[in-house]
Amino acid sequence: MRQGIFTITENVPLAAGVYRMRLAGDTSAITAPGQFINIRLNGLYLRRPISVYDADGDAVTVIYKTVGRGTEQMARMRAGETLDALTGLGNGYDTAPAGEHPLLLGGGVGVPPLYLLAKRLIAGGRRVSAVLGFNTRSEVFCVSEFRALGCAVTVTTADGSCGEKGFVTDVLPADYSYFYACGPLPMLKAVCRACSAPGQVSLEERMGCGFGACMGCTIQTKNGPRRVCKDGPVFRKEELPWDA
Amino acid sequence: MGRLSVSLCGIPLDNPVIPASGTFGYGYEFAELYDINILGTFSFKGTTKESRFGNPTPRIAECTAGMINAVGLQNPGVERVISEELPRLRSCFHKPVMANVSGFSVADYAYTCERLDAEPQVGWLEVNVSCPNVHGGGMSFGTDPKAAAEVTRAVKKVTKKPVIVKLSPNVTDIVSIARACEDAGADGVSLINTLLGMRIDLKTRRPVIANTMGGFSGPAIFPVALRMVYQVSKAVGIPVVGMGGVSSAEDVIEMLLAGATAVEVGAANLVDPWACRDIVSALPRTMDKYRINTLEEIIGGAHSWQKT
Repeated sequence: MRQGIFTITENVPLAAGVYRMRLAGDTSAITAPGQFINIRLNGLYLRRPISVYDADGDAVTVIYKTVGRGTEQMARMRAGETLDALTGLGNGYDTAPAGEHPLLLGGGVGVPPLYLLAKRLIAGGRRVSAVLGFNTRSEVFCVSEFRALGCAVTVTTADGSCGEKGFVTDVLPADYSYFYACGPLPMLKAVCRACSAPGQVSLEERMGCGFGACMGCTIQTKNGPRRVCKDGPVFRKEELPWDA
Repeated sequence: MGRLSVSLCGIPLDNPVIPASGTFGYGYEFAELYDINILGTFSFKGTTKESRFGNPTPRIAECTAGMINAVGLQNPGVERVISEELPRLRSCFHKPVMANVSGFSVADYAYTCERLDAEPQVGWLEVNVSCPNVHGGGMSFGTDPKAAAEVTRAVKKVTKKPVIVKLSPNVTDIVSIARACEDAGADGVSLINTLLGMRIDLKTRRPVIANTMGGFSGPAIFPVALRMVYQVSKAVGIPVVGMGGVSSAEDVIEMLLAGATAVEVGAANLVDPWACRDIVSALPRTMDKYRINTLEEIIGGAHSWQKT
């Protein structure tokens, strides 16, 4: 974990209520896809944990949805303004067990952390498929970015206004070696039920600190209590007590 | 003795800055960020006889200048604290540590304190009779002078280490509780634990916290905490450890002037993990600014002030 001051170089709308923010600064603490950063905002006491969409040597990019005061404040910020952020938080996805043909499953603002993962998997010579699910056409984002990486992308919308009608679990491909998922909790539970292959899911929980100190985001796992911010946010399917 | 040093119940502290229980784990995670031996000491995560998962999530809610938590004393239980956490703590922290203890009965408190009394690195036992997030224990012992005194007496019987009773602000008269603890043999009191609070989500129309209510902490509570430290330290003869919203060297000095002998820092660690390091390093120049020679000499400095 590192604390740094980042300069906003871009903050643009991508879809209904969804923005992409690029932050220039020291990204050396970001070591794995699926990690998050914790952003301090003026006048708000707790930091806001936001998953990393992409990171290179000079900048980290996040994609966020406006869901409350913090993200609404972020959406009003302009290029040139600065932000204090803790970076390199969380364990991130483990790419080692991906196999030849991993499947990525993203739902809404659960899609962004899968982008850096896809990049790493493709760089490692894997053939990557992605199923990206959204509520409706106006909320769809990032599909062309995943295709540009070389992923085979299927889009679903709950109302059928774009791509296939239904949920990500309705269009699972027949053949994949491993899965990686991020999205709302009901989707993740459905994914774990529907996927016979092993995989990893990234969870979300209301956090206090974001770095393991406050025990605010603890969940029960088969291996005992685990902090989503520090021991997660990524957990292996077998660890989660969702069998029922 | 340096300019920053104070003595807490007979044990010297290099400085009065103490990360508060529940915001600093068992220390080792912060030791990856900075050398935690620069601290006076720290109070480790509230420990109970049995292991506890704590409350369901959400356990956290944001507030103006503060936060609510309802963690509910998640901890691995005293046996695993001794066998797993304290060895890791020892590897990175080399001073006496404050052991924070909670319980659900007088016997629980005594049992856990007796087990921790045997640990050489434990300098003080901070007995938490003020956790607002558990039922049938915690705060119920700290809102009644008789119950607080009973816990204090039971703990004093099983340890020779200084016993500091951590008090709840959720009472009509905190001074009477503090006096009851002093009369029962407490070597010190620490205050304040969190204020009982709640938030409601406007979209769902339900409490944000799964447990409905939780403990409110952060800079917003500093004036309330300071007032109680002032009142209690004027009324008792034992040391008072002040806490509640402390976030800066100025806040530490203000707490000492109100009568605190040492100062705990809680929520600030969660927003800025280097907060306590920065407070310690800011103390000398802040003392210079206010022409303070040593911290020891300003303890209770505001007590003598009388309106003329």
